[in-house]
Amino acid sequence: MNLFNVNRFVKLTMSTLLALPLTVLAETAYVSNEKSDTLTIIDTDSLEVTNTVDVGMRPRGIIFSQDYKYLYICASESDAVQVMDVATNRILHNLPSGEDPEQFALHPNNRHLYIANEDSAVVTVVDTESRTVIAQIDVGIEPEGMAVSPDGKWVINTSETTNMLHWIDTSTHELVDNTLVDQRPRHVEFSKDGSLVWASAEIGGTVAIVDTTTRQINHTIRFKIPGVHRDKIQPVGIKLTDDGKYAFIALGPANHVAVVDAKTYEVLDYLLVGRRVWQLAFADNQTKLLTTNGVSGDVSVIDVNKLKVVKTIKAGRYPWGVVVKP
Amino acid sequence: MRFIATTSKCLCGLFLLQNTALASVQNIDILYVQQVPEMSAEPLLLKQPADNKTLAGAKLAIEDSNTTGRFLKQHYQLTVVVDDTTNGLIDQLKTALAADDAPGVVLIDVPESAFSAISKVVLNSGALVMNISSRKDALRQSQCTARMLHTVPSRAMLADAMAQYLMSRRWREWFLVTGNSEGDKAFSDAVQRSAKRFGAKIVEQKPWSFDTDLRRVAQKEIPLFTQHDDYDVVVVADEQHVFDKYFPGNTWLPRPIAGSEGLIPTGWHWTLEQWGATQLQNRFYSQFAREMNESDYAAWLAVRAISEAVTRTKSTASEVLYDYLLSDSFELAAFKGRKLSFRAWNGQLRQPIPLVHPNGLTALLPLEGYMHPVTDLDTLGYDKPEVRCNMAK
Repeated sequence: MNLFNVNRFVKLTMSTLLALPLTVLAETAYVSNEKSDTLTIIDTDSLEVTNTVDVGMRPRGIIFSQDYKYLYICASESDAVQVMDVATNRILHNLPSGEDPEQFALHPNNRHLYIANEDSAVVTVVDTESRTVIAQIDVGIEPEGMAVSPDGKWVINTSETTNMLHWIDTSTHELVDNTLVDQRPRHVEFSKDGSLVWASAEIGGTVAIVDTTTRQINHTIRFKIPGVHRDKIQPVGIKLTDDGKYAFIALGPANHVAVVDAKTYEVLDYLLVGRRVWQLAFADNQTKLLTTNGVSGDVSVIDVNKLKVVKTIKAGRYPWGVVVKP
Repeated sequence: MRFIATTSKCLCGLFLLQNTALASVQNIDILYVQQVPEMSAEPLLLKQPADNKTLAGAKLAIEDSNTTGRFLKQHYQLTVVVDDTTNGLIDQLKTALAADDAPGVVLIDVPESAFSAISKVVLNSGALVMNISSRKDALRQSQCTARMLHTVPSRAMLADAMAQYLMSRRWREWFLVTGNSEGDKAFSDAVQRSAKRFGAKIVEQKPWSFDTDLRRVAQKEIPLFTQHDDYDVVVVADEQHVFDKYFPGNTWLPRPIAGSEGLIPTGWHWTLEQWGATQLQNRFYSQFAREMNESDYAAWLAVRAISEAVTRTKSTASEVLYDYLLSDSFELAAFKGRKLSFRAWNGQLRQPIPLVHPNGLTALLPLEGYMHPVTDLDTLGYDKPEVRCNMAK
């Protein structure tokens, strides 16, 4: 609570003084609502919903271009990746995406989108400039999580029913290795230096830490929340702080976000958020973490310094993905 | 929508990759035995069961497993043996199991009356039995045996699931109607056991013995048949669906129907869409142009369980697979929102049970609040202390 009062005060002061460097300038969060076919736009300073935008059917994965001019939206049921002009909130055009795009990752070249096509067991690579498909790579059943290594060399895709991380070489667009993980891998996240990959297994209830060089599992994180049956602890979204201190892991129907020491892999705390917590995004210089809560239809706001949930914001039906624009 | 040119290029890459690998391909042969069931007792069957009922589920799972298998150099293959008679099937089965490279796993899809005879042949050969067809409770309670696993839910599991839901709605007083077949009587027994377990009261119990063509007289017969002081729900046990469909909206008192009609406990239903189920439903529909049913799902589970065991143990020996399947390490993601595993004391796959009506999901059981010291999934069906089986190999 105090934090916002302080923020409001600072904002007020700033608007009065007009001349200070804008260290607490508000950012804007975009939340995709899977079942209401909309995006909810949230001001991360006031933590109020400022707009709701209609998009294609069943929007799930969302991602910004590096300059934040465009927002790419996986409109799964529309079988398209939509490109939204962030300045006007209007859909400019669709990219060819393959069937049922669910998640994707943008290469550091700001040009190639790697899209997981959940229904057809392929990863589609789309050139966002020429708007053409430049490759399709056969992967396991129900491809889902996507990540590109910070150096742009690797793309990892997870397949939910094959239970693997598929390693794709971006220079050849060939699948070169697979790492078997626990049941139903959902999400992969590279560490900032790219040396490690964090991979969540939803039904397995674990997060695997995989070494990028050996492509073998280094460590497996397990979770235990008093009063929550272990079958309900289903890790999905993962976010790592840039300072290398914390990993935050959304635990789905367990309705908690786990706070993990990113060095020792020890679980430090469990934060109670909304129901079926799915994806995560940092805001305001990593001082806030936003979570999408599908079943309760809202977004929880976590104060990263205090490790406390400070607010819940109503979104659309089944909020799925969240990204933040500075 | 697939982009042919680029895909074929990628497949070439994959092919190269496999060629350069040193390890040889592991072949996993699974035998599927099927006795074509007798015709339904219904006088005029408008909705015929699909020709590929059950088998389609196994085929899809073989395909799913091969997609995974190609990254691990495993190849799964299904051999299907079909016969109209139990004796004919036994002969074919014996031949298939006597071969040098006989499959180590057999999926059994036969009428309940033939199950014991067929499974005996398989067990004697040393192969692993996957029961994908029989719901018989005795197979999980007194006749369970080593090397026999059940992916199809037992009647006790289904009845317990229904009972949990009815009790959660405080529909405690049940009017039970039982059909003529062995299966009907068995489900009726399971319902009575569940009533006792969860504290429901069976206030009236009637056998169904009408042999008139109900399409003409349902409106007159059912209201009189269900005349009773009071009841909260009518539970029908009619596995062949001879008469149960005439109950909804026709009872003396305005009450819901549950059991084989109305609110139906089942292993799987086409309306399941949560927990990624949409993907499985879509894969099934696009291949077979029909909805996936509980028999298909039981067969799919059996093959997926085997392939998961092969993937994790890197073995194709049925002994190794069986030990792994019954161990605590085994877990299977199967689109029901949580991991599935086998009960070591009777070989039954523990799984959530959907309670459905024809066009939607009413509840997924067990409900929160039904507690169990080990896992709430074991509130459905025969629990460890109730089972008397020798599972020693």
